[in-house]
Amino acid sequence: MLTLSFALDDPAGNAHSAARWTDLVRRAERGALDFVTLGDSFAPPPPGSAGRLDAVAVLARVAPATRHLGLVPTVTTTHTEPFHTASALATLDFVSEGRAGWLVDVSRGEAEAAAFGRKPAAPEAELWAEAADAAEVAARLWDSWEDDAEIRDVATGRFVDRDKLHYIDFEGRWFRVRGPSIVPRPPQGRPPVAVALGAEDPAARHELAARHADLVLLAADAGDARRATVALRERVAAAGRDPEAVRVLLRLAVDLGGAERPPGPPAPAAGFRGSPAGLAALLAARQAESGADGFHLTSAAPAADLAALVEGTLPPLRARGLFRTEYRGRTLRDHLGLPRPASRYAKEAP
Amino acid sequence: MTAGQGRPRKRVHLAAHFPGVNNTTVWSDPESGSQIAFSSFRHLARTAERGRFDFFFLAEGLRLRERGGRIHDLDVVGRPESLTVLAALAAVTSRLGLAATVNATFNEPAELARRLASLDHLSGGRAAWNVVTSSDAFTGENFRRGGYLDHADRYRRAAEFVEVARALWDSWPAGGPPRTVGHRGPQFAVEATASLPRSPQGHPVIIQAGDSDEGREFAAATADVVFSRHGTLEEGRAFYADVKRRLAAHGRSPADLKIMPGATFVLGDTEEEAAERAAGIRRRQVSPQTAIATLERVWGRDLSAYDPEGPLPEVDPVPDSDLVQGWAHAGDRFGVAAQWRARAEERKLSIRELVIELTGRQSFIGTPATVAAAIDEFVQADAADGFILVPHLTPGGLDEFVDRVVPLLQERGAFRADYEGGTLRHHLGLPAPRGTRAAADGELAAPGRPS
Ligand SMILES: Cc1cc2nc3c(=O)[nH]c(=O)nc-3n(C[C@H](O)[C@H](O)[C@H](O)COP(=O)(O)O)c2cc1C
Repeated sequence: MLTLSFALDDPAGNAHSAARWTDLVRRAERGALDFVTLGDSFAPPPPGSAGRLDAVAVLARVAPATRHLGLVPTVTTTHTEPFHTASALATLDFVSEGRAGWLVDVSRGEAEAAAFGRKPAAPEAELWAEAADAAEVAARLWDSWEDDAEIRDVATGRFVDRDKLHYIDFEGRWFRVRGPSIVPRPPQGRPPVAVALGAEDPAARHELAARHADLVLLAADAGDARRATVALRERVAAAGRDPEAVRVLLRLAVDLGGAERPPGPPAPAAGFRGSPAGLAALLAARQAESGADGFHLTSAAPAADLAALVEGTLPPLRARGLFRTEYRGRTLRDHLGLPRPASRYAKEAP
Repeated sequence: MTAGQGRPRKRVHLAAHFPGVNNTTVWSDPESGSQIAFSSFRHLARTAERGRFDFFFLAEGLRLRERGGRIHDLDVVGRPESLTVLAALAAVTSRLGLAATVNATFNEPAELARRLASLDHLSGGRAAWNVVTSSDAFTGENFRRGGYLDHADRYRRAAEFVEVARALWDSWPAGGPPRTVGHRGPQFAVEATASLPRSPQGHPVIIQAGDSDEGREFAAATADVVFSRHGTLEEGRAFYADVKRRLAAHGRSPADLKIMPGATFVLGDTEEEAAERAAGIRRRQVSPQTAIATLERVWGRDLSAYDPEGPLPEVDPVPDSDLVQGWAHAGDRFGVAAQWRARAEERKLSIRELVIELTGRQSFIGTPATVAAAIDEFVQADAADGFILVPHLTPGGLDEFVDRVVPLLQERGAFRADYEGGTLRHHLGLPAPRGTRAAADGELAAPGRPS
């Protein structure tokens, strides 16, 4: 069974109306996709862009209009507070009843650094090391309330059992965070963490993926996909984690003719241009070759290509038994086949 | 219709406060639901919208409260992050204003201004920001900056923060392109470009909740709404007069700033029934354990050995105690303790009886008719422009008010029969923000004020 996800990012800008966003996610949900992603950045929008809304806000805004679709916003870690990031994502998990994820990214540029005025831009390797610390803080904060911390014990007057709330006492190079979280443990325990990765990325980014990612969005040429997938799983194992507990999705730029524009330059490397049914054939073949779990599709015309995907690509995949006809579970972890983790602070039952 | 001095009757403004992490919220009631499930937020927000309320309000606390180095476990603990819940609530409401409390000390303008503008876009002009300044070292332990700002600096930072945020909100007029905002001040040195065009309200509504002289000045200079603690008629009038008087110096008129005290209420079919219910709620708000904990916040020392049904402690308070963390400072501990002792002796009250009597008395207790009349009277008497109602039960605590009191306020002509506009600014009768007044009239936005 394939894991399929779609990037909602529109090169013309992500400042759509709430109604337009709602249409888009409902379309993805009609296709029973595992999740959608929405990118984000503090960089000035490119000239001519309609603007860019906060990605967590957009996906929270559409959460009540969907029931199953996973919602994975980018939240950057360079100029933000890890404490706020963990709170916002836990809250997205609550308002979506267990469908949030987090696509971790960094702020690379001078413009972003100047917008905050707190620290200069830093080398990319350093930014990813800081991102790994932020991911560690988020994971600890999400675990800092055990699942059964709320007791409402009238006899003793206690709302919570404070022995089940934990300080996280994180101290790193860039920040310290004491904890516990101000938000109770989210429905999924920990919303899945996604990292986009390519061969040319710094080692620190690969390290973040190996240590923290539940989902890796892997950029690899067709010929290199198997090697890259195997290498990634080895790296996960070397970090002391079960390599099967990470979903590896190949990133693929697609053009299904959705863009209403004259034929442009050929699709980018590792991209696909052609019919929706042709894409189905390619996805099936490439999964078989690579051993990856599925795909993360991007498009220059997301609305139209998403429609083409749902109507033209998914049916042939289903006919071959490669993709679900309907959702079975409720949460994003359910869709991905990832178990809900126990809190690292919970004591084993005696 | 006219009131009092022959001027037109003021319209009451109403907001709904989601029950918070303090002992006003009765979590032990069988009717009490989840404090964190989205369904609770949806229920309360939809109830408020059914009642044509101006806005829905979420408080914030960035560190769990402690007593003696351990998490305070007697009150509700845990809540969601405000802006994210409000974005979701924008999907299940269509007119209700959506107000988030967000700390100005532990956030940065480039990020928060953008998050607020995003909420304003995604809600069609319903966003508000309650600018709070709490900034103790205790809370700082969760953030990069750590540390502490002294009282005056907190408000300097808040004022400068709002100035930068407004410059950003003004910097991408309809029709574009965005201008880069450069700002250099004691708190912020930033150069930022907005990533969103002007939002429907131009500037999200600014709420302020602080009581000191600096807080009141900040409100007079900057805020659209004050969330105050002064809910009695006399205190309310004094506060109202003081804050409104400060507006002229900032070139603003009294109507530009709405004063909304927090208020609790209890209804009954008769006055006696309401009074009885109110007393029952207060008893549940002040459990024996909460009575001792409340006393400890004044005394600043461990009083767990005392019997809540017995007399007040003979021992004196500890002046600079850090026994409890995360509450507003107790002020003059000796003075308060002396008053409390005197009161307890005079009325022969146990610890718990005293705490019940002193801390929890509801603002409005009565039949729907007397409560509607009292609310209207407070507003007409300039003790308030309206109230932020704090129910004691999640999520059904506002149902009865909306079903029984709102219609009577509407009958009196004191409250809107239906929404008359789409934005929160419109509900509150606020002028369009200075930087974007032209835009609100349907023209292109005027350039923002230089910062
Ligand atoms: C009615 C009211 C509500 C408040 N709500 C919050 C809140 O939700 N979160 C917070 O951090 N501070 C809150 N505060 C604290 C204020 O932001 C401020 O830090 C505090 O009142 C001290 O400032 P002051 O000396 O000017 O009163 C509130 C204050 C008042 C009066």
